[in-house]
Amino acid sequence: MYKIVSKTSLAHKETLFEVEAPDIAAKAKAGQFVIVVPHEKGERVPLTICSYDVDKGTVSFAFHEVGKTTKQMGCLNEGDCLLNVTGPLGNPSEVEKFGKVLCVGGSIMIAPALLQVKAMKEAGNHVTTVLGCRSKDFLFMADEAKALSDKVYVASDDGSIGYKGLDFLKDLLKTEKFDRCVVLGPVVMMRDVSEITKPYGIPTIITVTPIMVDGMGMCGVCRVTVGGQMKFGCIDGPEFDGHQVDFDELVQRQRLMLPEERLSSMLWEMHKEHEGGCKCGRNKA
Amino acid sequence: MAETKPKPKIKKEAIEMPKQEPKVRVKNFNEVALGYSEEQALEEATRCLQCVKPQCVAGCPVEVPIPEFIKCIKEKKYAEGIATIKSKNALPAVCGRVCPQEEQCQVKCVLGKIGEPVSIGRLERYLADWERDHGFQLPENAKPTGKKVAVVGAGPAGLTAAADLIKLGHEVTMFEALHLPGGVLIYGIPEFRLPKAIVRNEVAYIQKLGVDLRLGNLVGRIHTIPELMKSGYDAVFIGSGAGLPQFMGLPGENLGGIYSANEFLIRVNLMKGYAFPEYDTPLRLGKHVVVIGGGNVAMDCARCSMRLGADVCLLYRRSREELPARQEEIENAEEEGLVCKFLAAPLKFTGDEKGWVKAMECQAMELGPPDASGRRRPVPIKGSEFTMEVDTVIIAIGQTPNPIIQRTTEGLVADPRRGTITVDENGKTSLEGVYAGGDVATGAATVISAMGMGKKAAKAMHEYLMSKK
Ligand SMILES: Cc1cc2nc3c(=O)[nH]c(=O)nc-3n(C[C@H](O)[C@H](O)[C@H](O)COP(=O)(O)OP(=O)(O)OC[C@H]3O[C@@H](n4cnc5c(N)ncnc54)[C@H](O)[C@@H]3O)c2cc1C
Ligand SMILES: Cc1cc2nc3c(=O)[nH]c(=O)nc-3n(C[C@H](O)[C@H](O)[C@H](O)COP(=O)(O)OP(=O)(O)OC[C@H]3O[C@@H](n4cnc5c(N)ncnc54)[C@H](O)[C@@H]3O)c2cc1C
Ligand code: FES
Repeated sequence: MYKIVSKTSLAHKETLFEVEAPDIAAKAKAGQFVIVVPHEKGERVPLTICSYDVDKGTVSFAFHEVGKTTKQMGCLNEGDCLLNVTGPLGNPSEVEKFGKVLCVGGSIMIAPALLQVKAMKEAGNHVTTVLGCRSKDFLFMADEAKALSDKVYVASDDGSIGYKGLDFLKDLLKTEKFDRCVVLGPVVMMRDVSEITKPYGIPTIITVTPIMVDGMGMCGVCRVTVGGQMKFGCIDGPEFDGHQVDFDELVQRQRLMLPEERLSSMLWEMHKEHEGGCKCGRNKA
Repeated sequence: MAETKPKPKIKKEAIEMPKQEPKVRVKNFNEVALGYSEEQALEEATRCLQCVKPQCVAGCPVEVPIPEFIKCIKEKKYAEGIATIKSKNALPAVCGRVCPQEEQCQVKCVLGKIGEPVSIGRLERYLADWERDHGFQLPENAKPTGKKVAVVGAGPAGLTAAADLIKLGHEVTMFEALHLPGGVLIYGIPEFRLPKAIVRNEVAYIQKLGVDLRLGNLVGRIHTIPELMKSGYDAVFIGSGAGLPQFMGLPGENLGGIYSANEFLIRVNLMKGYAFPEYDTPLRLGKHVVVIGGGNVAMDCARCSMRLGADVCLLYRRSREELPARQEEIENAEEEGLVCKFLAAPLKFTGDEKGWVKAMECQAMELGPPDASGRRRPVPIKGSEFTMEVDTVIIAIGQTPNPIIQRTTEGLVADPRRGTITVDENGKTSLEGVYAGGDVATGAATVISAMGMGKKAAKAMHEYLMSKK
């Protein structure tokens, strides 16, 4: 059992959990993820590590309520327990002194992107951070980003805060030289950024989030095509060269279970209303 | 001259074990084979000749004292019978169900020369199930030795090594990467062949012996082997299995609806996808499923798919004679409605506009001269291409060892081609104090061979630990 020691609401349906897991905290590095099994009948959900505290023995991860499992997790509170948290999984990010680094975090992945910002700073890089969100109501951790980075830009899909869309990056790259770019966010955004950096030859590292089951190389559902070769997102990744990833296939493979996921989520919502509030998936320490 | 007593006539046929009817069982995930009643077990036990030099024992990789335990059944000393088995085999309820007895102990039974061999597996299962109904008897562990051992992987190899080491008085911690213990027994072999309650029970027994089981611990990421050795473990046993799925490298293999056998089985068994949406993990299965391969794994995938309501065709590139699956499993699957297509192999997959597989182009094969495995090699027939309409494909062409430990343990010698950890006959690896066994050392094999290696390694580790100051 893994106890939730704190729950923070980041934005509407976007939540951060800090969980007691001393062994994971001791080993976690930027770029790695955990797999959460909320309760006995639950799925295994991969979530990227946002921070870890070796002394307190905790790790944090943030999630966006998109389907049944993440909605169920949204109902949990401080003091509740998760059945299992496995990690750290995946390869840690390559962190060294590159020079000037551009870190782009989008949507819920802003939270783990800041761990990369922190690691890149600690390695002596000059870090420019871009926070992308749907609209101003979905922007979070902007102050943390400012404190950690040398420069921060904000962009939103609707232009309600900061730049509208990511086109401003094209202008930025005309005037500033970057040695490396790191992107975490929705696939479409990672693809767009990779296209923008490509003409400048900036090594661009993206974090793929394919569907996963075990997260340790046993099932192959996480396969992605990188430079024409089949790779497993969980053990070969999750970070890959954004100029080599087959994004169309990645998008398509993420949607494989969509009808089932919708059904599952709908049934759960109905059940929840029927029961008068959510009582599911709750484990006590 | 003393009168010779007339010898009791030996029944040539074994007592059949009751099974669920094919029409019924193909609609559920309950166990197919129902087990002997006491009467049936007693009758089958009387068939055993109690040979003085039992051949069956020589055929068993862990040398279970077979005639002795069968004698116990005859005398209705069931508790003694199960203790006799457990002196050599910590997982009898599992082995009684899934061991290929027809190739091991039973093939050596002298009764086989005049009729059917004694049903050793069924009798083993009878005693194990009897014990489950009557409660465990725990053996006494030896005096604590003060030595600490780490066991990596809670599959049959790890469970056996852990049980033996703790009985010898060592302190044992078992690290398992998944959120449930059992290895292939829990994630691979389906409920209808091996009920998960039985696996849980066997694991509970090993925990009751005192083994500290830590789930969700992927060794190599959370602790590496050298870190374990440094943090106070005196020896390590690696039983991390062969779970890395193989793909064919064909065009269209990443389309939706194309599963590795492991993905399919993990969704169905470990995550109970057959009970979706009560359980949260979905499994999308079409009406026309093709399983590619011909081993036990392929049979399990096919039989699960039929239970989920699909029409299933098995595509195998050699002929029926070469099918590597157990005869019993092939018969069971065919009774349940499996259609087999022999001498054909896929060439490529094509998909619909949503990226879901809709057709598979294949090529017919003929058998050429034998290859390295001794089986006749399939050779493509030119111009024989044909197309099958499919909406789900399960690729069951084999697994190779899980690679994470090999990648993260400096100095651990592994076979670069097969990915197996290199060991001597006692399971000793290239690193001092580090042993390995089971599928990670042999490549995909059997439950009992994994257990056999776990046992041997435990013995060698004990000697190593006791020789160290
Ligand atoms: C390595 C890795 C790291 C991840 N890190 C994070 C993270 O830090 N925070 C976070 O919120 N999410 C993260 N994800 C995605 C997260 O795992 C999924 O959103 C989650 O599994 C959804 O579960 P669900 O049951 O609630 O929704 P489901 O019912 O499974 O899915 C609902 C919707 O989400 C989509 N979806 C499903 N899986 C994914 C996926 N892997 N990526 C994108 N969309 C998906 C489906 O197409 C569907 O539209 C990560 C995924 C991976 C593989
Ligand atoms: C579908 C299927 C059906 C089969 N049917 C039969 C049958 O009928 N009869 C038979 O005799 N054999 C059968 N087999 C083969 C048999 O199951 C295996 O040979 C046997 O399970 C091997 O045991 P093992 O302990 O070596 O490995 P496994 O059972 O694979 O267990 C390895 C364990 O180690 C864990 N692990 C892996 N890496 C790590 C790590 N880094 N850290 C921590 N834990 C880790 C895994 O999660 C797993 O739980 C079948 C196999 C499959 C896949
Ligand atoms: S998630 Fe199963 S192999 Fe990557």
